[in-house]
Amino acid sequence: MVALNPPASLSVAQADNGGRLAWDARLERLVSFAFTLPCLAVVALCVLVPCAWLFFLSAFGSDGKASLENYQRILDGASYARIFITTFQVGLATVAACVLIGVPFASFINGLPPRRSVIFLAAVLLPFWTSLLVRAYAWLVLLQRTGIVNSVLMGLGITKAPLELAFNHFATVLGMTHIMLPIFILPVLGAMRNIDSALIRAAASMGASRSYTYRRIFLPLAAPGIAAGAILVFVMSLGFYVTPAILGGGNVNVISMRIARSLSNYSNWGAASALGVLLLVFTALLFALSYGVQRVLLSRQRS
Amino acid sequence: MLDGFEERPLIERLKWLLAILLVIFLAAPSFIVIPMSFSSSDFLAFPPPSLSLRWYQYFLDSITWTQAARASLTAGTLTTLVSVPIGIFAAYGAMQLSQRWRLLVSGLIVLPAVIPSILIAIGLFFVLARIGMVGTMTGLVLGHVALAIPVVFVVMSAAFSQFDFSQERAARSLGARWHQAWFRVVLPQVSGPILASGLLAFVTSLDEVVVAMFISGGNNATLPKVMFTALRDKIDPTIAVVSTVLLVVATVAVVVILRKGAAALKT
Repeated sequence: MVALNPPASLSVAQADNGGRLAWDARLERLVSFAFTLPCLAVVALCVLVPCAWLFFLSAFGSDGKASLENYQRILDGASYARIFITTFQVGLATVAACVLIGVPFASFINGLPPRRSVIFLAAVLLPFWTSLLVRAYAWLVLLQRTGIVNSVLMGLGITKAPLELAFNHFATVLGMTHIMLPIFILPVLGAMRNIDSALIRAAASMGASRSYTYRRIFLPLAAPGIAAGAILVFVMSLGFYVTPAILGGGNVNVISMRIARSLSNYSNWGAASALGVLLLVFTALLFALSYGVQRVLLSRQRS
Repeated sequence: MLDGFEERPLIERLKWLLAILLVIFLAAPSFIVIPMSFSSSDFLAFPPPSLSLRWYQYFLDSITWTQAARASLTAGTLTTLVSVPIGIFAAYGAMQLSQRWRLLVSGLIVLPAVIPSILIAIGLFFVLARIGMVGTMTGLVLGHVALAIPVVFVVMSAAFSQFDFSQERAARSLGARWHQAWFRVVLPQVSGPILASGLLAFVTSLDEVVVAMFISGGNNATLPKVMFTALRDKIDPTIAVVSTVLLVVATVAVVVILRKGAAALKT
C-alpha cells in the first residue's frame, strides 16, 4: 500500500517533521527563556516590586488613608524646592566638568596608536573599580584645611590662610566628576572610534584648517556619543548619595540624602516614597530623552 | 588625533602633559589613603608625622571593625556564588532569544545598574521590613546580587557573543551529555570572563554602601557601612586602614582581570 502511494506518505512525513521542528524551535526558545528566569526573578524582587511598593506607599497620607498629601507637601515646601534645585545644580556642574575635561581627553586618546591608547584607557578604568567611599575619603584628606592642596597653595604663597575646600558644592562636584569621568569617556570614545577617518582626511585635503575640521567635522560626528555620555552622567548624578553626604558635609542637600533622612530620622515612609517616585520618574524621563536625542542625531547624520 | 594634518610638536607636547596630569587626577587621589593608614598621628595629618602600624593594630583589635570585615567577606562571597551562575545562565539564555525578546530581557537585567541605588535600598528595605528580613544576611545578599547581576551579565554576554556555540552542538551530537558539554567544552573556554565577572561581583558587594546602610545592621553591618558612619562621626586613621584594605582588594582584582585579558589577546 505504501509503495503504491509514495508521494502522499512522503508529504505527510514531511509535514509532520516540519511541525515537529517548529515545536522543537519553540521549545528551545522556551528553555532559553527559562535560563534567564533566575536573574529576572532577582530583578523583579529587588527592583520591580520595591519600585511598585514605593508608588503604593507614596499614595498614603500620615493617617493611613489614600491621599496625595506627600506630593502636595513636596510641591508646597520651599525646602523641597531647594533640594531639587541643589540636586540639578550639582548634576549640571558635574556634566559641564565632564564635557569640558572628557571631550578633549577622549579626542586625545582616540588619536593615539592602539598600544598607547590601551594604557591611557586602563588608567581611566582603574579608579572605576575603587570604592566610592574610599575616593570620597581620599578627597577629604586632600581638601581639608590642613590637607595637601592647602599646604601646597600656602607654600607657593598663593593664599595666606587655608581655603575652605571641603564640605561645600565645589568638593561635591569635584568628587562626582572624578567618579563620573570614566563613565563619560567610554561612550564618547566609542563614538569617536566609529568616525570614518576618510572624512577627516577629505577635509584636510580640501584645505580645511585643523581647528575647523575638529569643530565642524569631528565633533558633530562624535555628538551622539557626547550627548549620550552627558545625559548618562546627569541621570547618575541625580541619584548620588555617598559623595554629597561626605564631601558636602551637610552643606549640600540632595534628593537622595533627603530620602534617607525621611526614612531613618523621621520614619516617614510616605514622604521618602514620594521623593523616591519623583527621582524614579526623572530618571526614566531622562533615559527616554537620551534615547530620543540619539535617534535624532543619528538620523540627521545619515541624511 | 586628526589624520592628514601635519604635526605641531609644541602643541603635541602640551597635550601629552595635560593628558598625564588628568591621569594623575583620576588615579592618584585614591592612593593617598595608603600613607595615611601608616600614620602615627591621631588626626588626618599629611604627610604623617611618623610611620607606625598602630591603626592596623587598632583595626584588628576592634570588635566592630573585625565583625564588619567578616560580614563584608561573607556578603561578598555569597553574592559572587549566587550572581555568577545565574548571570551566566541568563547571558546564555538571552543569546538564543529572538532580537526583540533579547532586548527586553537584557534591559530588565541591567535595570539595577541604572536605577539610583538609593531607590533599590529603600524599596528593598520596605519589602524586607514587610517580611521581617531587615538586618539579615539573606536580605543584604539579595540586594547585592541584584547589583552584581548586571556586571556578570554584561561581561558574560560579551564573552558568549565571541564564542562559537556549534562546539556545544558538536559535543552533544558526539554523545556528550549536556553537563559534559557545558563543563568540559563551553565553560573551560570562557574561564577568563567567568573569573573577571566573579571578581567584579565580589568587588561590587565589597564596596557597596547605600543598600548596606539600610539593609544590613547589627552583626551584619558591612565595612562600608561602618566606615560611612565613622566618616560622619569621627575621622581617624582607622578609616585609612579600611580604605587601604578595600583599595588593595579592588586593585588586585583589576590587575588579575587585565593580565587575564592581555593573555587572552595574545593567544
